[in-house]
Amino acid sequence: MIMSLKEMLSDDFSEEFLLCGNSACSGCASELALRWALKALGSKTVVVAPASCTNVYIGLWPGAAPTVPFINMAFAAGASAASGIVAGYEALGKTDINVMTWAGDGGTVDIGIQALSGAIERGTNFIYACYDNEIYANTGTQRSGSTPFGAITTTTPYGKPIHKKNISQIIAAHDIPYVGTVNGADPRDVFAIFKKIKDITGPRFVHLLSPCPPGWRFDSSLIAEIGRLAVDCGIWILWEQENGEFHLRGKSRRLLDKSNRKPVDEYIKKQGRFRKMTQEGINKIQQWVDGNWLAIEKTVKGQC
Amino acid sequence: MTDEKQETLIITGNEASAWGARRSKAHVVTAFPITPQTTVMETISEFVDSGKMQCNFVKVESEHSVMAGMVGASMTGARCFTATSGQGLLYMAEMVHWVSGSRLPVVTTIASRGIAPPWNIWVDYSDILSMRDSGWIIQFASTHQEIFDSILMSYKLAEDPRVMLPVFIAYGGFSQSHTSKPVVIPSQKAVDDYLPPVPDDGWPHLVLNPEKPIVHGNLLMPQQEYMEFRYKMHETIHGAKPIIKEVIADFHEKFGRNYHGLIESYRCDDAKYILVTVGALGEQVKDAVDTLRSEGKKVGSIKIRYFRPFPKEDLVEILGSKNLEGIVVVDRSIAYGSPTGGHISSEFSNILSELPSSLTYLPAVWGLGGRDVTVGDQESVFNDLINLHEENEIKETSNSYINGTLWVNLKVR
Ligand SMILES: Cc1ncc(C[n+]2csc(CCOP(=O)(O)OP(=O)(O)O)c2C)c(N)n1
Ligand code: SF4
Repeated sequence: MIMSLKEMLSDDFSEEFLLCGNSACSGCASELALRWALKALGSKTVVVAPASCTNVYIGLWPGAAPTVPFINMAFAAGASAASGIVAGYEALGKTDINVMTWAGDGGTVDIGIQALSGAIERGTNFIYACYDNEIYANTGTQRSGSTPFGAITTTTPYGKPIHKKNISQIIAAHDIPYVGTVNGADPRDVFAIFKKIKDITGPRFVHLLSPCPPGWRFDSSLIAEIGRLAVDCGIWILWEQENGEFHLRGKSRRLLDKSNRKPVDEYIKKQGRFRKMTQEGINKIQQWVDGNWLAIEKTVKGQC
Repeated sequence: MTDEKQETLIITGNEASAWGARRSKAHVVTAFPITPQTTVMETISEFVDSGKMQCNFVKVESEHSVMAGMVGASMTGARCFTATSGQGLLYMAEMVHWVSGSRLPVVTTIASRGIAPPWNIWVDYSDILSMRDSGWIIQFASTHQEIFDSILMSYKLAEDPRVMLPVFIAYGGFSQSHTSKPVVIPSQKAVDDYLPPVPDDGWPHLVLNPEKPIVHGNLLMPQQEYMEFRYKMHETIHGAKPIIKEVIADFHEKFGRNYHGLIESYRCDDAKYILVTVGALGEQVKDAVDTLRSEGKKVGSIKIRYFRPFPKEDLVEILGSKNLEGIVVVDRSIAYGSPTGGHISSEFSNILSELPSSLTYLPAVWGLGGRDVTVGDQESVFNDLINLHEENEIKETSNSYINGTLWVNLKVR
C-alpha cells in the first residue's frame, strides 16, 4: 500500500498545498506531515486548525502558507467547527470537499476531547488528524494528557510522573469507520494513510506521532530517526482499526515478538526531555511498553 | 398548518422562535438542551424529522460546540440558527466572539434566565447582557409575535453586506418562552418574498470554497490591523442604526406590523416622568402608565428594543423634552459593582450628560430570577420617582432605595 518514493515525487503530486517559507521550526514533523497529508487529499480540502503551533507556523497575517481554505479555530472547537462546516456543505449540496481538523494533542486529548467524541458519535463525515508532539508547544512546552512518563516540560520540571493517555484507543471505542496511528516523521507513511482514508465516508481519526526538536530537545536533523526509533522500540505502535477490525501495520507487524523490539532507552537517551530519567524510570517505561503490547496481543489473538 | 397560507397559531414564545427559523429557511441549526430554551430545539426537531423543514439539524454535545458549529456552517455560506439560555450562553461565550469576529450573520434567540448559583431558570437578562460587548447586535423581543418577526428581520439585517454581524434576540424565560399567545405566521411565499435566499457564492468577505481559498484568523502582530478590525466592528454596529430602521420600515410595509425603531415610546409626548426598561415588562408597563394617567399623573414609558447598538440618539430625542422632570431606568439584570447595579441604568450615564441637569434620575432593578413584577409594582416605581423628584426622598414604599438605586420589592433594606 505504501507508494514508492518515485510515485510520491511524480508530477501527479507535485502541487504544494502548504507552501515553504512558513514559520515552522526546522525539523517540525507536524508541518511535514500536514504538507504530505494535503498532497494526499488534494485541493478540494478545507482545514480547521484549533489553537496550536499550526496556527502560528502557517504564517503571520497577512502571510499564509496554505493554498486550501484554512480556518484557525478556538482551542476546544477543532471537531465542532468542522462538524458545522460539514453540516453547511451538506445543507448546500456540496459533497465533494474533504473537511479535515488538524489539531495538536492538547486540542485533542484534553480540551477538545468532548467535541471530538461528539462529532464521531454523530457520524460526522470528516477527518480528524491529531499530531501528537506530546506537549502544549504553542504556549511553550507545558505537559498535556499526552506527555509521556518522565518527560520534562515547563510544568513538569522533574519529569511527568504518569503515563500518557491512550487517545486512539479511546477513539476506537466509538463506532467509527477508521482509526489509525501514523509515524508523522515518515512522509511515506503519512501520504499512504491519508490517500487511503480520503474516500472513506464518516469520521476518520488519524493519530500521528509528531517529533518536535525544540520541545523534545534533539537536533532537528534527527527527526526521521526519532520517529523510526519510536516505532522500532514499540513505543509508537502502528495499527489501524477499520470498521471494527484491528490490525498491526508496517514494521509494527513483527514487533509482537518482544525480541524484535529495540529497548526503549535507545529512544529515550536521544532526547533531552528525558534527561532526568533514572534507570528505574526507564524500566517503568519499558514495562509500560511491554504492557501495551500484551494488550495488543490479546486484541489480535481475540480476533483469530 | 400548511406553508401555503397565512395562519394565526396559539403558540408559546419558544414555538414562535422555532417558526422563525423554519420560515427563514435556516440551512443549519445546532442546539443543546437547556431550560427554558429546550422547547425551541424540540419544536425544530419535530419540524425537521416530519419533513416540514429542510434543515441540517446537528444535535451537538455542548453549547461550546453549538456556537462552534454555527461558525463552521456559516463559513460555508449557509443560513444558521440556534437558541440557548443562561448557563448555555455562558458556556458558549468564547465562540460567541468567534462568530462576531468572523463577521458571520448567525441569528440566535435567547430565552433569558437567571445565572447560577443558586440554580434559577426564570426570566432575568443577566445572561444576554453578559454578552453586551461581544460584537453581536442585541435585541429584546417583548411579545410572541415580535419573537417570530424579529427572526425574519434579523436575517435581513445580519446578511446585509453593510452589516455582516450576528444578532441575538432575547426574551423572558417562562414568562414568554412557555406562555401561549396568538402569533400570525405568514405563508412561506410571503416570507420568501421578504427575505431573499443566501448568496450562491457565499458571504462577500468570507466563504470556504476550495476554488477561492482563504486563510482566516491568523495571528496578527500589535502594529498590524488588529485594532482596525475591532474598530470596524464597532463602527459597523453604530452604523447599523439607520439600517435597522430601514429593515423595520420595510417589514411594516410588507407585513403591516410596526416595530417603530430601536426604541418604542408610549405616551411620552407631554410626559413629566418616564420609565425606561426592556422586554415584556416594557409592554406591561403601558397598563401602569394608563392607570396613572387616569389619576392625572403625566407619565410615559420607553421600551428599549435594541441594546446594541445602544440607541443613544433616539433616547436623547425623547428624554431631552422640556416637560420632563424625572426618569427611572429599570433593569431586569444585575451588573455587580457597576455604578447603579443595573446594566442599562449604568449605560445611561452617557446619556445624562446630554440632558438637563435638573432632571431627577433614578436607576432601579426589578424581577431578578423571575420574581413577579406586577402592574402595581410598576406604578409604585413611578410613584417613587415622583416622590424623589418632589420631596428629594422616597417615603412609604415597598421598595428599597439603597445608595441611589431603587430595588423593587427587595427583602433587604
Ligand atoms: C481556551 C483556551 N485556553 C488556552 C489557550 C492557550 N493555548 C493556545 S495553544 C495551546 C496549546 C496547544 O497545544 P497542542 O494542542 O498540543 O498543540 P501544539 O501547540 O503542541 O501544536 C494553549 C494552551 C487557548 N488558545 N484557548
Ligand atoms: S515547537 Fe515543535 S510542533 Fe511547534 S512548530 Fe516547532 S517543531 Fe513544530
